[in-house]
Formats: sequence, structure tokens, C-alpha cells
Amino acid sequence: MLAYLIRRIGQALLVIAAMATIVFLSIYAVGNPVDILANPNADAKEMAEISARLGLDKPLWEQFGLFVWNALHGDLGRSFVFNEPALKLIIQRMPATLELAFVALIMSIVIGIPLGVWSGLKPDAWSSRAIMSGSILGFSLPNFWIGLMLILLFAVQLKWLPSGGRGPTTDVFGIPVSFLTWEGLRYLLLPAFTLALYKAALVVRLSRSGTREAVLQDYVRFARAKGLSPTRIVLVHVLKNIMIPVVTILGLELGSMIAFAVVTETVFAYPGMGKLLIDSIGRLDRPVIVAYLMMVVVIFVVINLIVDLLYAALDPRVRLQEAE
Amino acid sequence: MRKPVLSLHDLKVEFGTRQGVVKAVDGVSLDVHAGEVVGLVGESGSGKSVTGLAILGLIDPPGRIASGSINLDGQELIGLPDSELRRLRGPSMAMIFQDPMTTLNPVLRIDTQMIETIRAHENVSEKAARDRAEAALRRVGIPSPAERLLTYPHQLSGGMRQRVAIAIALLMNPKVLIADEPTTALDVTIQSQILAEVQQLCAEMGTSLIWITHDLAVVAGLADRIAVMYAGRVVEEGDVDPVLDDPRHPYTYGLLGSAPSRNRRGEKLAQIPGMTPSLANLPKGCAFAPRCVFAADDCKVASPGLTRDHTRTWRCFHPVHAREAAQ
Repeated sequence: MLAYLIRRIGQALLVIAAMATIVFLSIYAVGNPVDILANPNADAKEMAEISARLGLDKPLWEQFGLFVWNALHGDLGRSFVFNEPALKLIIQRMPATLELAFVALIMSIVIGIPLGVWSGLKPDAWSSRAIMSGSILGFSLPNFWIGLMLILLFAVQLKWLPSGGRGPTTDVFGIPVSFLTWEGLRYLLLPAFTLALYKAALVVRLSRSGTREAVLQDYVRFARAKGLSPTRIVLVHVLKNIMIPVVTILGLELGSMIAFAVVTETVFAYPGMGKLLIDSIGRLDRPVIVAYLMMVVVIFVVINLIVDLLYAALDPRVRLQEAE
Repeated sequence: MRKPVLSLHDLKVEFGTRQGVVKAVDGVSLDVHAGEVVGLVGESGSGKSVTGLAILGLIDPPGRIASGSINLDGQELIGLPDSELRRLRGPSMAMIFQDPMTTLNPVLRIDTQMIETIRAHENVSEKAARDRAEAALRRVGIPSPAERLLTYPHQLSGGMRQRVAIAIALLMNPKVLIADEPTTALDVTIQSQILAEVQQLCAEMGTSLIWITHDLAVVAGLADRIAVMYAGRVVEEGDVDPVLDDPRHPYTYGLLGSAPSRNRRGEKLAQIPGMTPSLANLPKGCAFAPRCVFAADDCKVASPGLTRDHTRTWRCFHPVHAREAAQ
């Protein structure tokens, strides 16, 4: 177990190093931030000053060397725009995005698993056909369009929910969260649902195919021959088996929900990391973009590790050891 | 005569398929008395497993029990709602299946799978159920049962897993146990151990046993009575010795001839020509006629009815002994 963890962490560090190099070099190739940051009336001298202050006048290899050196000391650079550490900016926005992603994750499970299991148990019922058609919509409708439609319906027409922004927050261990109050939750519902819809469609399909496969297995027949109630067979025997693929996929998807909530956050003007990224790209705020992408890599690596550990907990046949 | 514990009468099970309605079980009648061991023999597709599943009410769509009667201890099972049937599965009738690798749920521990069985039928404490589960494992010859309770199925060998399945099936002291080829997937040595254990346990508990198999050798040593199935029908049924020593139906005769035997070493192994007919497209008359060396014209016209003597019944116009006597 320990050896496994050490090996995984080693792999993770390698991925992060490779990612840092690629991200830094490719961002360097895009535009000149000085053009955007400087006053349109600035002359060449002022431009050169800004360039020198931001360290952009140094040759590429020197900039990169400095970046790596600072990164090793936990400093991913200062935002050109806010003149604050990039990492700090991201971490400030992170609770909002994490909250959004987790609420979306819970929504996709709560919506997806019951619908999927139901349509797996009764594949020919009209309700199951409706669920499956619905899941195709969930897959194929673009995220931003769904967001806009939800705003039109629930915020503009019905006026039930706010159209965007983040609700009032309360501090839990110093982290501002908004899901604890109804008022805060109201702001979360629409963006979280938008983000959850695609994942829910995925969960529906996974749990449906898992259920259809499981009910044909001998262990289900044997469970019935033992006289167990259908409820117990579905909730214990079937569900525990289909949770294995569902957890794997959802874990991986959680990473992408955190990292790429960008579109949803933009549509709902939700002040999360995604919105920060879009804004930073618009302003060519290189340190923030690099820091954001580094953060995403770390999040993905950590989530993958957690999924592997969870997988072992769910499936007793998986043991986290090297093959003997 | 004693009243049978389980009595099938003219049981018909059909499956709706694209090729039409398949009569997987076509008029099976069978009596099983208390403590009796009945061997249900036939090739793949003869309807023996479906018969077993029908008794437990485990036929799923597109299959259905078309007609007939299944009487268990005086109670008619056909038409009973599933909630009532569920109460009988376990305490009145139980079933074990062919492949021990897949009968146990791979993600649940043995204790979970045993305790849930008891608690589905009786309102007992977890502790009491656990003790009974442990005793049941000990009874089927599993060493250190308390530890085995805490394992997952994949940590046990095939033979162990089948023992666990048997222990689970016998947990509620069923009146009838249906064993659907439970030893086919196991090593020969394990096979005979399990065979002997099931036989002994059933005898101790007074449980009647229906042993479904394609292996006549297994039945010969185990069963009191034997029913040979072909294409959804029982073609010969009776006490085990007369049926196996002196079969009437050409199919039974052919089956016996195709089993390797020490007494006929070196001789060419007899075969039954052809293969099991498609149930969707059965020939008119006797279903076995196209493969039968004794078949005459009348076999292809009408289906033979039951003939009986004092030890058995059979369905054949030209039973084996009659033909031999004629020669």
C-alpha cells in the first residue's frame, strides 16, 4: 500500500513537471501582455519599463528558469493585473468552484443512479425509453445553451431563482461556503444543474447498462432463490456491483467539472476559478493562467488517486499492490 | 400411497422468441416424495433446468408458465403472487446452480450473503443469524467457518464456494432442494465429496432432492428415482435401477451407451446420431424419432403417450425390450 502510494506520487510529480514546461512555453508564445496592460497612449520607453518590471524583457530560458525556481519555492508568480500572487487569487476563488462542482456531482448521482437503475430493470417500459431519450439530450445539448434556457425559464419567466452570481456565504473553518443557507443555495441550483446534466446523462447510461448486466448474473438469480425481497436485491446486490464503474467515471469527471466549469461559470457570472481563467486569458495575465493550469493538473492527479483508493474499497478483488 | 411433497402435473413453460413460441417444458409430470432423491437427466436444452427454475417461480419474461400445476406440500404454486412465492423460497424450496464462481455476489462478504438469507425469512438478531450461518458452514465441511464468514467469494476455491452456496440453500431447512448440475464445474474429487455431502445432509434433514444433471454416472449412485428428459418432455421415469439396467426408451438406451464404461473398454463408444432438435421447430410425432435407430413410420405421425409398468413410465411406441424380444 505504502509502496503503491509512493510510486503514484512519483508519477504525479513527473506529470506536473512536464505540464509546467508545456504550459509555460506555450503561453509564452501567445501575444504580448504589455500591449494590453499599458496605457494606449504609452510610448516605447514606458512600454519597456513595464516589460522590465514584469520580467518580460529577459530571454525565454531565463524567464523559464526563474519560473521553475520560484515554483519550487511555492511561488507561481504575481498576477500582472492584480499585482497579487497568482496562487492566492486562484485559491480565493476555489471554494466557489469546488462548491459548485460538488453540488453538481451530488445532483448527477441523485438524478442519474435512480433513473439508470430503473431503466435497467425495466428496459422496455415507456418510462425507460423516455429516460434514455432524455439522456441523449443531456449528452448533446450544449452546456451554455442549457444554462441560458434555465436562466430564461427560472429567472426571467418564473422569477424563482436568481440569474447569476454567488449567494451570501458563511464561513466554515475560514472557508466561505454558500450551500448552508437557502438563500445561498438558490444561487447554486441553476449553475450546478447545468453542470450536472451532462454527468447525470452519463451516470444514467452507466447504471442502466450495469443494471441490465447485473440482473442476468447468477448471483441475482441465487439471491432470488434465497427468497430475498426485490428491494434488497436491487439496493444491495445490484447497486453495489454497478457502483464500481459509476464511481470510477464520476471521480474522473469530478476533476473535469472542477477544472472546466469555465463555461457554466461564465454563463452564470459565477465568481469561481473558471471565470478567473477566462478573465485572465482576456488580459493575457500569464502567471494566473499558468498557475490555474498547474492547479488543475494537481487536482486531476489527486482525484485519480482517490478514485483508485475508493475503487479498492468498493471492489474487494482489487488489491493495491504490484503484481507478484 | 404416500402423498408427494412436490408434485408437477402437466407443466408447460413457454418462451416467446422471434422464431415463435418455444415450448421449453412441454407437459412434465413428476412426483417427489419426502426425503427422496430424484435425478433429472437430459442433454443441454432438454428443459431440465427450466423445470427447476419453474418450480421456484424464477422464469423471467419472455418465458412464462403456460399451464399445469406445481403443488408443494399441498399448496399450488402456479398463480401465487411473487411476494408469496418469495416467502417459500428458502424455507420450502431452494436451488443451487451450476457455476459456483458466479452464484455468490463477488462484492459481498460470505456472512452478508448468509445472514441476509435468514433475516429475509425470520425476525432474528444479527448475532443469532451469524451463529446459524457459522453452523451451516461447518455442516457442509468448511474448515474454520468463523473466519470463512469474513471472506469474499474470490478468496475461496470453486469447491468451497459451491459448499457455501449449498450451506445457504440449506440454511432454512427447505423441503425440496433443486440442484442444477452443481458439480459439473468442479474437479472430479471435489465433485464426489460434494455429492456425498449433499446426499447426507438431505437425508439428515429429510429434504427431498432433485438433482439435475447430464451425467448418468452421478445419478446412478445418488438417486432413488430418475426422470429422463428430451425436448421438454419426460420420456422415461422410474426407479433408478430398472431404468438404468434395462431402459425402455431408446433415448435412455442411447445415453447409457454413450457413457464410457470400464466394462466395455476398447469398444467403440456408441453415439446418438444427430443433435437435440431446435425446440422452436420440433418434428411432428415423437421428438426423438429423427435420431432414433428404432423409429418406425408411426413415430413420425403421433406423439407416443405414457406406457407404464410397476416400476416406471415411458413414452415410446417401440420400447427397447420389445424390439429385442422380437429379434
